[in-house]
Amino acid sequence: MCSKSSGVLTAVIGLAVAGWGQTAGADTLRLLTWGGYAPDDVIEMFEAETGHTVEVTLSNNEEMIAKLRATAGGGFDLAQPSQDRIAGPQEEFGIYKPIDMSKIDQDKFIPSMLSATMANTTVGGEVYGVPHVWGTSGLVLDTANAGMVEDYTDLCSDEVAGKVSYRLKRPTLIGFAFAMGMDPFAAYGDEAAYTEIMEKVEAKLVECKPNVKTYWGGGDELMGLVRSGEVVASMAWDTGGWKLNADNPDISFVAPASGALGWIDTFVLPAKGQADDAAYDWINFVMQPEIAAKITDAAGNFTASKGADEFVDDALKARYQASFPPEAVDNIKWYPPVPAGLEAIEGGVLDRVKAAN
Amino acid sequence: MRAGTKLGFILLLTPLLLWLSLLIIIPHIDMFLVSIRERVDVRQYETSLANYLTFFQEPLYLRTFLRTAVMSVLATLITLLIAFPVSYYIAKIAKGRLQAVLFVLCLIPFYVSELVRTFGWMILLRETGVFSNLLQWAGLADRPVEMLYNDAAIMIGLVYTSMLFMVVPLVTTLESLDDAVVEAGYDLGGNGYSVLREIVIPHATPGIVSGSIVVFMLSLGNYLTPTMLGGKDSLWFTELIYSQFIVRFNWELGAAFGFLLLLLSSLIVWGMLRLTGQTLKETMG
Amino acid sequence: MTPDLECKALTRRFGEFRAVDDVSFAVPAGSFFSILGPSGCGKTTIMRMIAGFLEPTSGDILITGKSVLDVPPNKRAVNMVFQHLALFPMMNIEENIGYGLRRKGMSRAEIARKVDEVLERIGLPGINTRKVDELSGGQKQRVAIARCMVLEPDVLLLDEPLGALDLKLRERMKVELKALQAAFDTTFVYITHDQSEALVMSDQIAVMNEGAFEQVGTAQELYYRPETAFVAGFVGDTNRWTGRIERISGEALDLRTENGMLMRGASHGRALQTGDRAAIYVRPEAIRVAHGAEALEGFDNKMEGTVTSLLFNGAASRVLVRPATGGEEIEVALPQSGEFATTRKGDVLHIGWSGAQGNCFAAGAG
Repeated sequence: MCSKSSGVLTAVIGLAVAGWGQTAGADTLRLLTWGGYAPDDVIEMFEAETGHTVEVTLSNNEEMIAKLRATAGGGFDLAQPSQDRIAGPQEEFGIYKPIDMSKIDQDKFIPSMLSATMANTTVGGEVYGVPHVWGTSGLVLDTANAGMVEDYTDLCSDEVAGKVSYRLKRPTLIGFAFAMGMDPFAAYGDEAAYTEIMEKVEAKLVECKPNVKTYWGGGDELMGLVRSGEVVASMAWDTGGWKLNADNPDISFVAPASGALGWIDTFVLPAKGQADDAAYDWINFVMQPEIAAKITDAAGNFTASKGADEFVDDALKARYQASFPPEAVDNIKWYPPVPAGLEAIEGGVLDRVKAAN
Repeated sequence: MRAGTKLGFILLLTPLLLWLSLLIIIPHIDMFLVSIRERVDVRQYETSLANYLTFFQEPLYLRTFLRTAVMSVLATLITLLIAFPVSYYIAKIAKGRLQAVLFVLCLIPFYVSELVRTFGWMILLRETGVFSNLLQWAGLADRPVEMLYNDAAIMIGLVYTSMLFMVVPLVTTLESLDDAVVEAGYDLGGNGYSVLREIVIPHATPGIVSGSIVVFMLSLGNYLTPTMLGGKDSLWFTELIYSQFIVRFNWELGAAFGFLLLLLSSLIVWGMLRLTGQTLKETMG
Repeated sequence: MTPDLECKALTRRFGEFRAVDDVSFAVPAGSFFSILGPSGCGKTTIMRMIAGFLEPTSGDILITGKSVLDVPPNKRAVNMVFQHLALFPMMNIEENIGYGLRRKGMSRAEIARKVDEVLERIGLPGINTRKVDELSGGQKQRVAIARCMVLEPDVLLLDEPLGALDLKLRERMKVELKALQAAFDTTFVYITHDQSEALVMSDQIAVMNEGAFEQVGTAQELYYRPETAFVAGFVGDTNRWTGRIERISGEALDLRTENGMLMRGASHGRALQTGDRAAIYVRPEAIRVAHGAEALEGFDNKMEGTVTSLLFNGAASRVLVRPATGGEEIEVALPQSGEFATTRKGDVLHIGWSGAQGNCFAAGAG
């Protein structure tokens, strides 16, 4: 009887393993990405061309890293965290595997962006990330009601009291630090200096808290708040502002005086990814200018694909040019890689701001 | 024969043991191990109680926990106060079809996800929402009223979410109360208050206690409702745990928080049971 | 003397249905009054109206001469022993009995004294701190009565309180209840569908059917002089024949049954006409049994028959006899003098009864 039941157990486990193996088959690309980065029509074209199938899981930076950390880099074959969040987590948790640059069609990338990303994501001589989509965060304003807001610190002025929102996340801390005339990126390597900057930002954010209607959590929440007029000025991503601008010309994305914060979302290979070839195929496929333009249309952000701009919708291009006059583009502050452990300092600040009355 | 029954017993017990060990015990052991690790450098950890110490040394964390606990107790009490008359009506006054209909009405909000329910409250309470517009239309307010993003909004959401979990045990215990016992209470000179206090409430105590435990735990462990309805001032303990795990990559502290939540909430439940003179066995059995 | 309880033209309708239809009665102080009727006859409705749980549609209820229609149940000097006793399971015996006293705002010491006193009276001293479910059925019964009696009500209502007990205990409790009633000297109003409970305990019994009282009287009156066909059929066992009246002379009459048997009966003052359809009721114990026809010379009705079954029940043993002339079996009490101890199925017996024992009612009613 005993041997019989253990036989059953073996069978059950065998079945489970078989099922596992099937979903992890080499032809299936499990993609961990952001909303809009893998539009259905692009997936269809990719599947038709390569024979692979794509399974998409939508997420954000923090959750991507948390998910990969929980499985020690398993469960997905390709992920898309921002370039500043690769080196730190890689050193700390070892959740990615190096990219074989020979399998990447490097000609398709904007050279400056590719080399910057490769430099930022190099750990121990190995490259871990290549750029995909880039964008900025700055201010979304209802110019009719909040025309006076020019920088993050203006969000704390009386004119917009109670009608302001931002995220309680690290971009806000960095943005406020720049707006207050400090350079947090320069202090990345110096914990004491960074702590000091963060303390000043904390004081400012606590002081500013009565002005805030609520801290937004997701893009849709922010859209709702701005559309309804409950919020007239907010820190936000450029795409959100452009989308709102399409509905209401008064609302638009503005690069703050101290400079917009520039981010680049990348492609990385999770440490236990099982379909590297499919992953490389996907990267090379979506970096083709026509395909990259489709992704820009879906996500709202431009890509690191060389020559894709000319395929992009003209309205989007117009909005982009309105938000970014040439001097604003030069003033973009690109996130350098976050050293491991910095999040703990920021975490304490964010907790204390949240708790303040 | 003996061996046969023993095997049957083991087979019956297996799913429970598997469930307990795979889904509860092993993850908790793992979480405990994580919680006693202290990060000293990149990929270097030491065993220490530093994470637990952090909780007691940082007033913010302790305060957040206390605030969460007090709000949860309050939510439990309010839920009880609203659910009791409702349950009494369903169990004792409504008859036949009406009883079933009322019960289903209590159940219906739970057919949609918590997220949707919370969004519903956001639509009602927000500055440009239904209540605000109604007040302005009725002339009771001369400008939009913001009812969202405060403790009262959290409380409304928690009570609404918890209602069913209080109504079900209450209806069950109240239904088992013989009508004649209530009538005897009146017949022997009792009024509504004394019958309630001496007969109905003592009879319903197991239901009240089990409902309260469930509602308290649900409120304490709720993440979505306080975060969405509380906005910038939500400050809920589960939110701290979430941010430690997901935003800060600080699993060690998050695990310690998780463990402390488990311990402290068990302590509070134990205290409530002692206070009401109930045992867990009476309540659950 | 004012009766303790009086109902005047009490009526209760549920929609079109008249649960209680124009019932009037008075219960003298200190008596044991029963309302006997089949289930659904409206007796519980009357009791709930007296207790105050139901409003009468019309009519009046007076307790010691005063109308209580405007008095809520918790203020009426009437207490009720419920069918399943309704002791409070969350309280011990002492708290159960003291409940009503606490409601009156009595001091702790006095409550304790009164509780001890009443426990003494019901013969269960010292059970103060016991739990309800630790008591036997009979003990619970007595505690339920004590819980009411300690409040010294003018009237105690009892709603089939023996229904849940087993037969042996029920027999004992009948005697005990009667004794308790005498000891407390309080008016008891007892409702039951069990005629033997009513017959044994009551001073007065009201037989109720379809919302109305058929007859009110002592147990003997109901048993020996039923006024309606329903009472004749409901109280005690009886044989019943229906047919057409052929001849009337004074009280006596002759009835031709449906299968042609001629039978002598008595009208006992009821207005019956020759040619009316009627029914005759004869009690089993009113029928004489003999081995030969000569022993039954003096009886108006005599016949020969075969024993079809023997219903042995000690002192209450009976036989079913099928008349030789045909027709339904007749139930006959078997004398316990030893003369018929050897009676078997198939034996031939002679039976007979006097015309006066054959209670005759106009048919249709019952």
